[in-house]
Amino acid sequence: MTVELLWWDGCPSYSEALDQLNQILREEGVDAEVELVEVASDEQARRERFFGSPTIRINGEDALPPDGGEPYSLTCRVYLTRAGRVSAIPDPDDLREAVRRAE
Amino acid sequence: MTSIGEPAAQFELKDVDGGLQSLETPAVVVFTCNHCPYALAWHDRLMDVARDYADVHFYAINPNDAERYPRDSFEAMRERVERDGGWPMPYLHDETQDVASAYGAKTTPDVFVVDSGGALRYRGAPDADHQDPSLGAGWLREALDSVLAGQEVARPETEPVGCSVKWK
Repeated sequence: MTVELLWWDGCPSYSEALDQLNQILREEGVDAEVELVEVASDEQARRERFFGSPTIRINGEDALPPDGGEPYSLTCRVYLTRAGRVSAIPDPDDLREAVRRAE
Repeated sequence: MTSIGEPAAQFELKDVDGGLQSLETPAVVVFTCNHCPYALAWHDRLMDVARDYADVHFYAINPNDAERYPRDSFEAMRERVERDGGWPMPYLHDETQDVASAYGAKTTPDVFVVDSGGALRYRGAPDADHQDPSLGAGWLREALDSVLAGQEVARPETEPVGCSVKWK
């Protein structure tokens, strides 16, 4: 399994997201090293299909694809928790499900 | 950039209804925006503070470059307030970004409390965690309570947390 975390330095949430992702990978017994990819320009955001920071890709696919209509952009990504709250990082249960789907 | 104890910058900005708003004190000035998860997560808490402190003037100011971030356009701001059925504070467009620059705003949100004499008394985050609504913008409320009681603010500065202001 390949796991990438795409991040932008205008958004502070990526380190928390990385900790969360590593913990879930450990708990799921996945032996994968997270590759960090910095996105630093609008052009790169389009090329990387980057909806905002943090974006997590597993086996090359967005682990939690947005519903649609989201632009590729240097921005902080909006996630919704299962409780319906806005968050700057994914709901851990959503991320865990994405990891399991990819196994 | 305004430091604690210094006079807060005056401003005159257009609100989403087309009127002009200028700084009246005591005040809370919140730099915020439409698209940032931190601003969105803290939004309801900040609106609650505005409802609870009726004698304080509240201003929400969007300083982001709307050309690169269309979701922060004046029209998008207007639509958001309309969709919400109105806000308990005016939502102002800092098109030139001069006001954000004068205050030294770093993020959305970034919160500033101005006392009745016009001096800056608090700057930072609403509370310690954007993901915990139970915190209720406690740092901001503490600062407001001290200012309104004529006391020193025990915690005058915290680190603002959020999306970087999108400068032109």
